[in-house]
Amino acid sequence: MATLVLATHSISPAARFKDAATVAFIALLLGIPMIGLTTVDQGGALRIATRWPTLFAFVAAAFAGRLVLRYAIDQFKARKLAHERSAAATAAADAVADSRRAGRPLLTWVGWAALGVALSLPVFFADNRYVVDTATTVLIYVMLGWGLNVVVGLAGLLDLGYVAFYAVGAYTYGILGTQFGWGFWQALPVAGAMAATFGIILGWPTLRLRGDYLAIVTLGFGEIIRVILVNWTELSGGPNGIASIPRPSFFGLELKPPGDDPTFASFFGLEYSPSQRIIFLYYLILALALITNVFVSRMRKLPIGRAWEAMREDEIACKAMGINARNVKLSAFAIGAMLGGFAGVFFAARMGFISPESFTFSESAIILAIVVLGGMGSQLGVVLASLVLVLLPELGRDFAEYRMLLFGAAMVLIMVWKPGGILAHREPTMRYVADGEKR
Amino acid sequence: MSAATAPLLSVERLTMRFGGLLAIDDMSLDVAGRQITGVIGPNGAGKTTFFNCLTGFYKPTDGSVRLNHPQRGLMRLEALPSHQVAHKAQVVRTFQNIRLFPKMTVLENLMVAQHNALQHASRFSLAGLFGLSGYRQAEKKAMDKAIGWLKRLDLIDKANTAAGDLPYGMQRRIEIARALCVDPLLLCLDEPAAGLNPRESAELNELLKHLARDEGIAILLIEHDMSVVMNVSDHICVLNYGRKIAEGSPTQVQQDPNVIKAYLGEDDADEQLHPEARP
Repeated sequence: MATLVLATHSISPAARFKDAATVAFIALLLGIPMIGLTTVDQGGALRIATRWPTLFAFVAAAFAGRLVLRYAIDQFKARKLAHERSAAATAAADAVADSRRAGRPLLTWVGWAALGVALSLPVFFADNRYVVDTATTVLIYVMLGWGLNVVVGLAGLLDLGYVAFYAVGAYTYGILGTQFGWGFWQALPVAGAMAATFGIILGWPTLRLRGDYLAIVTLGFGEIIRVILVNWTELSGGPNGIASIPRPSFFGLELKPPGDDPTFASFFGLEYSPSQRIIFLYYLILALALITNVFVSRMRKLPIGRAWEAMREDEIACKAMGINARNVKLSAFAIGAMLGGFAGVFFAARMGFISPESFTFSESAIILAIVVLGGMGSQLGVVLASLVLVLLPELGRDFAEYRMLLFGAAMVLIMVWKPGGILAHREPTMRYVADGEKR
Repeated sequence: MSAATAPLLSVERLTMRFGGLLAIDDMSLDVAGRQITGVIGPNGAGKTTFFNCLTGFYKPTDGSVRLNHPQRGLMRLEALPSHQVAHKAQVVRTFQNIRLFPKMTVLENLMVAQHNALQHASRFSLAGLFGLSGYRQAEKKAMDKAIGWLKRLDLIDKANTAAGDLPYGMQRRIEIARALCVDPLLLCLDEPAAGLNPRESAELNELLKHLARDEGIAILLIEHDMSVVMNVSDHICVLNYGRKIAEGSPTQVQQDPNVIKAYLGEDDADEQLHPEARP
């Protein structure tokens, strides 16, 4: 049997590349008529235009996606095999651990590659506002997914009203920015604290609830916040929302056409172009998301993070170990909410306009879907799921009314194919190494 | 039980009522330090309910549970919430149906048991977040303690394996190792031998004796496996229908007519009695 495990592992990188190249070629063939060519309405006449960058992105995505997919399938098979090998024998557990250890560098590699792509994206698409905008949207969802991952993935508290904290963050900045003239960077920590407070307000009465019951209460909470925003016109502007929210500045330098004050463009002696702001916003959310990632990854390895996971696994055993379940749950709610609040501030600053319509239940559902599809607790899984869930409807724009169907079908397929999420594997927070050293 | 020392734990007139059901009826019991006290009784006698009252999972209807803590003095366990019973009073329990954190590794399970000390050292996670040396040392110490217990319970090979993937007998041992990481004064084991094979039971006997004699941990033991209870217990308390029907050394209890009646039923014929359990 050991040879079998080896066999599945020994698929050479070259073979994987060939496989991915084949898929990319098919994607290219399909993509030329479907994506590469498009009709534009020019003075009443339909003309055919080309969209090579989009096509290129599509083919590249197919190539990368196939690589990841192939790798995930192999991993899954290897692990399944290792599991079957010995349902009872204890050796199985070690084999599983081995195969996991073998899989770790590649996942790390995928993570770094994704970071490289994210960092260099605006360089290649500097004049393509659509691509950078869409990537910014993806990153907002990545950040929200990482925040919700604390509550749902780690602490195991099913939260269907996460968008409430997103809204609290956005409205806190909206109000502070328009009524009190606060800047983005001043409002960011305040809005985070505000959202965390709301997290505790939600967490407190729901401490005893679990599973479905908790889901219903959080769902209600999300709606309450939205209904308050619609109706409390003096505070929130009601259905009209809040407009002309100040944009974030680059260390005090505004990104706007040259005026009296020094702007970003004039300070660096650049020609002003509107795409500078788009790209700045992109890097801003990328930085926020990365900070969130580092923060959550580190928290997970601290006592509080292990307590969150233990709480997900067995609350009663936690109490028997002397863990104060109330504090652990509230901290998960508060920190998850705070991260959602930060994302909300960015959203308000990016859009310049917010209204309750942006914070409906379907947003909560999408964020939750990202966490569940990505694999509960997996940071990289959230990125992959955000790409799928944001890009799929975007790519499917050509299919008009069928795109939600496509979206649903993709979700069903992922759940059938990988019920634990795209990356269901859990990395231990610490390891014992025989010589007693921590790796 | 030695009369010279005050008991570590004294349960007085404990009563637990669930609606019309009297699960524990006016029960009193003293548990001495450094000893193994067995609690036996037929199914439904109220043994696990007794543990739940002791460890704060149930609030007793009446009666008191007093712990004579060497550092903190007299503590009333019935008034403490369950996490404080473990954290402050150092009365730690295991469960009849094993309750590990199945997806976490064995080592992580033992680290979670040291949450309070580590959380304190991490200063609300700030020291931990920035990896300050105080926290690193505390983490190292906690890890050494966990590894120490894993080695002594012969679990060290499985330290990095998810606890839920391991066989049943091993999970029982992990649960005991995890409870030991909380630094218990009194360890309450709810049927630790259930599902173990004879060899594993024998190993458990040795472990329990070692913990009581050498580590000075008092043990309260619910067990159906008479080969374990009669072998290791210094003192045995027998429950039936929530009442204590007998108490004493293993030999005394085995010969007690009330105990025999409870286990074998009323003797209304002239049949010879067969004490069902012998060590």
